[in-house]
Amino acid sequence: MSYSRKDLTGMIDLTKDEILHLLDTAEKFREINHRDVKKVPTLKGKTIVNLFFENSTRTRTSFEIAGKRLSADTINFSASASSTAKGETLIDTVHNIEAMKTDIFVVRHAYSGAIKFIAENTNASVVNAGDGLNEHPTQSLLDMLTIKQHKGRLDGLNVAIIGDITHSRVARSNIWAMPRLGINLRLFGPKTMLPRCTSPFGVKVCNNMEEAVDGADVIMTLRIQRERQGKLLLPSVKEYARYFGLNAARLKLSNNAIVMHPGPINRGVEISSEIADCPQSVILPQVESGVAVRMAVLYTLGTGQRGGE
Amino acid sequence: MKTLLTNCKIVNYDKTITKNILIEDGIIKSLTDDTPTADKTYDLKGKMVLPGLIDMHVHFRDPGLEYKEDIISGSYAAAAGGVTAVCPMANTKPVNDNAFITKYMVDKGKELGVCDILPVGAVSKGMHSEELTEMGEMFAAGACAFSDDGKPVLGSDVMRRALEYVSGFGGMILSHSEDKQLAGEGVIHEGEVSAITGLRGIPSETEEIMIARDILLAKLTGGHVHICHISTRDAVDLVRWGKAKGIKVTCEVTPHHFTLTEKELLGYDTNCKMNPPLRTADDVLAMKEGLKDGTIDCIATDHAPHARDEKFQEFDLAPFGITGLQTMVPLTLNLVREGVINENDFARLCSYAPAQLLRQKGRGVIEEGVMADIAVIDPDKEYVFDAKLNKSKSTNSPFMGKTLKGLCVLTFKNGKEVYKADI
Repeated sequence: MSYSRKDLTGMIDLTKDEILHLLDTAEKFREINHRDVKKVPTLKGKTIVNLFFENSTRTRTSFEIAGKRLSADTINFSASASSTAKGETLIDTVHNIEAMKTDIFVVRHAYSGAIKFIAENTNASVVNAGDGLNEHPTQSLLDMLTIKQHKGRLDGLNVAIIGDITHSRVARSNIWAMPRLGINLRLFGPKTMLPRCTSPFGVKVCNNMEEAVDGADVIMTLRIQRERQGKLLLPSVKEYARYFGLNAARLKLSNNAIVMHPGPINRGVEISSEIADCPQSVILPQVESGVAVRMAVLYTLGTGQRGGE
Repeated sequence: MKTLLTNCKIVNYDKTITKNILIEDGIIKSLTDDTPTADKTYDLKGKMVLPGLIDMHVHFRDPGLEYKEDIISGSYAAAAGGVTAVCPMANTKPVNDNAFITKYMVDKGKELGVCDILPVGAVSKGMHSEELTEMGEMFAAGACAFSDDGKPVLGSDVMRRALEYVSGFGGMILSHSEDKQLAGEGVIHEGEVSAITGLRGIPSETEEIMIARDILLAKLTGGHVHICHISTRDAVDLVRWGKAKGIKVTCEVTPHHFTLTEKELLGYDTNCKMNPPLRTADDVLAMKEGLKDGTIDCIATDHAPHARDEKFQEFDLAPFGITGLQTMVPLTLNLVREGVINENDFARLCSYAPAQLLRQKGRGVIEEGVMADIAVIDPDKEYVFDAKLNKSKSTNSPFMGKTLKGLCVLTFKNGKEVYKADI
């Protein structure tokens, strides 16, 4: 098992072995986060640039902590304070930073495919921290690490993802990765938030909330972006909670499922407050796994673990 | 000045004959078995000799956006594609919504003398879909049809009046049929590939809804609507229905829409971003069926040059459109090789039919007495379409760097050699 790619742009083309390699590496890093001194010298002298063209606090912070715990120099570059506002092209921005001899770009961008575009045009390694509606691979990895931690395995589990599937890069990354590791994935959401054509996903699409949660080992609810209400995708958050929200009664139908959410949560909308705080909720352990997973990814790309060039 | 083309396999829309062509003073003087003396003689044995192709849908960006293309570079690209007359769309800067700009385009083309410019005037002033343009004056200045291409004519009332008004002059409206609201922020076809890539989708119905409307408005007004760049199965069916009802509706298809599918977008290639988007394999099949049964009247390229920098950016930000003038011949010949159409259909779809639609007499056919606009094609020539062959200012084509089969080797405009391939 190894991972020899220059970049992590998405889960779509990763093999089972590559995914397992990253998850195994992450498990080893989890221990470091529980030490008193949470730092190893592995990436000392490497420069990681967090290149965020779209606002993010938690993902950027998670990557920043991960980089620092590996002793890399991490720099944050946000588009609002950058030259992109002055009309510089994306690749010019990337090349300018790269000219300072940086090693890894961690990139978030509002447009699907933008990370792949960058990766194809830089010699530095590129990690996708979310591109448009497309992918958010480290979120998928941390989701699977968390599931493994709490359920002891991935193979054969029933996982339900509920919410705005069409506009979710978290869903898309999990749709590619989870079935590759033997997970039975099912999706549910309002019809306006499900792609009209789901056949490429090769997963089950449910017809109602009860069917979606029935016998599930894991229930993942996605954040509903309130601004979608204005785009004809949902009439009200109240109605959303009623037909698509996770509450205690629905959770009872599951197979003692753990409850996940990529955050930030809207209490009382996609998930009831009671469920968010219940013992089955692993929302905070997900955040913890995020640091370990990102350490594993940065370590793998940043240290010759991807093979000689 | 006399020019003689010998051993010509002359491919017209209705028949293929082998003759020598004698050109005198820019006119086809005779089709003959004799070999009269001439100032210049070309032996065209083994080639296909077609009437100059007519591309009724191009963007020459002139005036205003000459960094992408201008009438000169566009004319040379046309000639290199065997095209001797083009209809540049009105979305220039400023918009071609008056006779002055129309005349500028025609004159610039004439001065160069490589390719006839038959401008398409705007339907509405500034292409704002509010007031009609002075179509009569633009006709007089050389406009051949009217369209707000790039933008649909949004209001049904505007389209109705445009169809009515233009029919008084015997012209037609070319419709870029798109329900902009339904298209939303879409950038590729809505289907499997949009689901996979996370690129926002444009449903087929975006096109079909407007085509249905425009056909019904043609029925209401008796005007002639020509549907531009048709791309979906049901859109072809709608046109088929309109024709069966006797409504004056015609349509064109681009070579890329009968060649490529949405699968090209799996790699986020901005050189496969165009509007309408590449559709499914079944839609491609429907294009071929439509070409075969005559529902689709002609082939037009929608040649849409864009600078490299404009295409070299985030997929959502890159403009729609690809170049097409120099790839029409090989891609259409693929249809002949597949048996979808025959070589006479090729001459009909790319030359005779557009000439008829545009009411251009003396074009679209090789016969005695017409202007000597001639495309000479080597149908078996395989080559890589590269920067050296490309005559456009822009290179935004998914076929750039690809091996193609079938090359225009020689083009005559009014009897004058305006292009000779040097490979």
